[in-house]
Amino acid sequence: MRFMNVFRENGRTRHHRRVALLVGLLAWGGTMPAGAAEHEALSIGITQFPATLNPNIDVMAAKSYVLGMTLRPFTVYDAEWKLACLLCTELPSIANGLAIPVDLPDGKKGVDLTYTIRPDAQWADGVPVTTADVRFTYEVGRDPQSGISNAELYRRIRAIDIKDEKTFTLHVDKLTFDYAAIQDFMLLPAHIEREAFAAPAEYRLRTRYNTDPTNPGLYNGPYRVAEFVAGSHILLEPNPHWAGPPGHFRRITVRAIENTAALEANLLSGTIDMIAGELGLPLDEGLAFAKRHGEAFQIVYKPGLVYEHIDLNLAHPVLADRRVREALILGLDREAISQSLFAGRQPVAATFVNPLDLGYTADTLRHRHDPIRAGALLDALGWSKGGDGLRRNAQGQKLSFELMTTAGNRSRELVEQVLQSQWRRIGVDIRIKNEPARVMFGETLPHRRFDMAMYAWISSPENVPRSILHSSEIPSAANGFVGQNATGFTSPEMDRLIDALEIELDPTARKALWAEAQRLYAAELPSLPLYFRSDVFILPKWLTGVRPTGNQSPTTLWITDWSAQP
Amino acid sequence: MIRFAAIRLVEIIAMLALMSFLIYALIGLMPGDPIDLMRSADPRMSAADAARLKALYGLDQPLLLRYAGWARQALAGDLGYSRLFAAPVWGALLPRLGNSLLLMVPSFVLAFTIALGLGTLAARHPRSRLDGAVNLFCFAGISMPTFWLALILILVFAAGFGWLPASGIATAGSSDIADRLRHLVMPVTTLTLVSAASYTRYVRSAMREALAQDHIRTARAKGASEARVVVHHALRSALVPVTTILALSFGGLVSGALVTETMFAYPGMGKLIFDAVMGNDYNLALAALLLATVVTMVANLVADLAYAWLDPRVSYR
Repeated sequence: MRFMNVFRENGRTRHHRRVALLVGLLAWGGTMPAGAAEHEALSIGITQFPATLNPNIDVMAAKSYVLGMTLRPFTVYDAEWKLACLLCTELPSIANGLAIPVDLPDGKKGVDLTYTIRPDAQWADGVPVTTADVRFTYEVGRDPQSGISNAELYRRIRAIDIKDEKTFTLHVDKLTFDYAAIQDFMLLPAHIEREAFAAPAEYRLRTRYNTDPTNPGLYNGPYRVAEFVAGSHILLEPNPHWAGPPGHFRRITVRAIENTAALEANLLSGTIDMIAGELGLPLDEGLAFAKRHGEAFQIVYKPGLVYEHIDLNLAHPVLADRRVREALILGLDREAISQSLFAGRQPVAATFVNPLDLGYTADTLRHRHDPIRAGALLDALGWSKGGDGLRRNAQGQKLSFELMTTAGNRSRELVEQVLQSQWRRIGVDIRIKNEPARVMFGETLPHRRFDMAMYAWISSPENVPRSILHSSEIPSAANGFVGQNATGFTSPEMDRLIDALEIELDPTARKALWAEAQRLYAAELPSLPLYFRSDVFILPKWLTGVRPTGNQSPTTLWITDWSAQP
Repeated sequence: MIRFAAIRLVEIIAMLALMSFLIYALIGLMPGDPIDLMRSADPRMSAADAARLKALYGLDQPLLLRYAGWARQALAGDLGYSRLFAAPVWGALLPRLGNSLLLMVPSFVLAFTIALGLGTLAARHPRSRLDGAVNLFCFAGISMPTFWLALILILVFAAGFGWLPASGIATAGSSDIADRLRHLVMPVTTLTLVSAASYTRYVRSAMREALAQDHIRTARAKGASEARVVVHHALRSALVPVTTILALSFGGLVSGALVTETMFAYPGMGKLIFDAVMGNDYNLALAALLLATVVTMVANLVADLAYAWLDPRVSYR
């Protein structure tokens, strides 16, 4: 039996054990990470290097992580998932008179939002942050040639009125419940960037964030970029013109180490002090690391907005039947998967809404593991178990589906095997067919060439699920295969709820709409919910103040709260 | 000789044109594009934004049209802009090329020197203990996965003894040459050990064949010292096949070492090419791969010309 267990170990586990053994042999008393001695410098390991530091071009978690320390967004969702002002002085609301609903000529409701920039905000070259920067950023954001990635907010802003050097009003063409959230309006320094924008089509090539990333005038956060070695590291030093509470560290190095085994080795050697949760070890590797070296570090697990689920293709004649989908989820013991593979660190999801979200309701169908009821449902549908334990219908057709996920993702591949075995117990045959991420996301999902696809949706607090559940977002030849509703879920009721959610300003009424949407999702099951993914933060014991948010705001936005215990 | 070299140069140019099209087509045929990947990372990015960016980057054009545009620009000397590195292609490529040469040239020279020594010694004493030890070194070096060797070195010399930095090209903020050299020790050692093992096998085999030839027996009969026999007569003959292997390895000097670079977080050409291909950065991938092709082909041409010098029986008419 013991032999069998050893034999069953996968290569990764054996590899980890060898590494652990070697480390154990090599480690001698008193070996401590070198960075712990001084504590005035901090070295952070991440697995990605940002292609650009321009806040409005390209979407990369590594860029957000570094900019969290160097650029202040106007608004953010904080660790309590509440909208907060960082660069502004006060969030506009209808109650405080800074948000004024307006009737637009086309009969729609718009809103005028007034913000004031913090009076002490300055770029790191000493130039004050002013409304000139706001106007310039708007100009760049509105230009279709400028290469801005997410221009939705800029398109929605009809005009900007400048009141004075610090106060401005945005005239927005749609009054949505999250009207005050303008985190996509990332300010650009007009005095530095205007020259690069002389030819808008060339802006993405000439932006000083690319050509001169250590220019202090590009940053207005507590730190500025002092050294930028592409593909290797970014060195940050305090912004001398930062007027907020100062950061504890005199130098922060963000080092990109893509291979996670090397990342661990770098941590053990003291080359880096910590591994960022946002871009660090996957949970299975984090748990293995914690078993071996947990004593020497603080290890923080934070479940977040990454929702792992299985999309079901509703164009499949068998999966189109809601009762089959219900049988499938009843056949799964997701709690056991979470406990055995992830030490219970990834909470089982009931729907796409995270329990930390304001819109969450616990009052939905929970679909607990019930293989007997799953079997009864399938029996009633004419899928009977044969001698081989698999179900067939009257025509002899086997109840069989193809399950795919992103090839090379060890954690998902492991879960896949458990799913296959659990479903086999209720007589459902699963054929595993994995594809590289770019094939799956670039080709298979948009063309809806799958039966079941396991992957994750990345969300944000109170993110209205238009792109994933609205019937207008089903990818097809007619719309050029855009849209993320790959299941093909069509529900007039869900469409109504989504449309209503976006414009409902009353939090109580909105919560009721959210609850209805979740109940409908849990009942209809266009996707099978699995769990919310957790990030693993591996921090030195002396580091304090790091508060993982679980949402898309990186911990580094609150870098000035980070400190070292004496 | 000149005619031979001229014909080969024309072949190289034709091969480059063909390679550029093949590389472009292969990258273009991969499903998905950078904008699709960007969209999957940002739930709030709209379909309209995706369409606008595809048009801006020319990704909405047919592949052949895009290739023709690239070729026209490249012939005018403009290799374009790297989207992934947010810099002109040469600006992205040259620092990585410098890093790779710093890594690859010392390991290449060291590996070849070790291989010459060990291979010759083993060939001179076949089936001896020394030969057995050299064989063991070769098989260990060839069969040991590069990532494993790299990890062991990091754990021993960085995590264990703390003598060497575990990754990167330099300490942040440091421009000290000694610091740069310390960062090179482990990646160079990894590459040297792996390459030396396979080169040694080639040298040993070529030397054994050379030492068994008639002209070696004649040289010994004429009273030449053993050192002269080995170095002047045998090694020169043995270098002919080894030169072919070395010439083929030259492309690696500029195409980098992906695994070693990844393990040591060393920003070199291997990682750059991998990222460029995976990220559909056509301009950068093409420039880097064509550079590796040119170097490999020119090295082969030089090797062919060197045969004539190494082996008097070879001539090009």
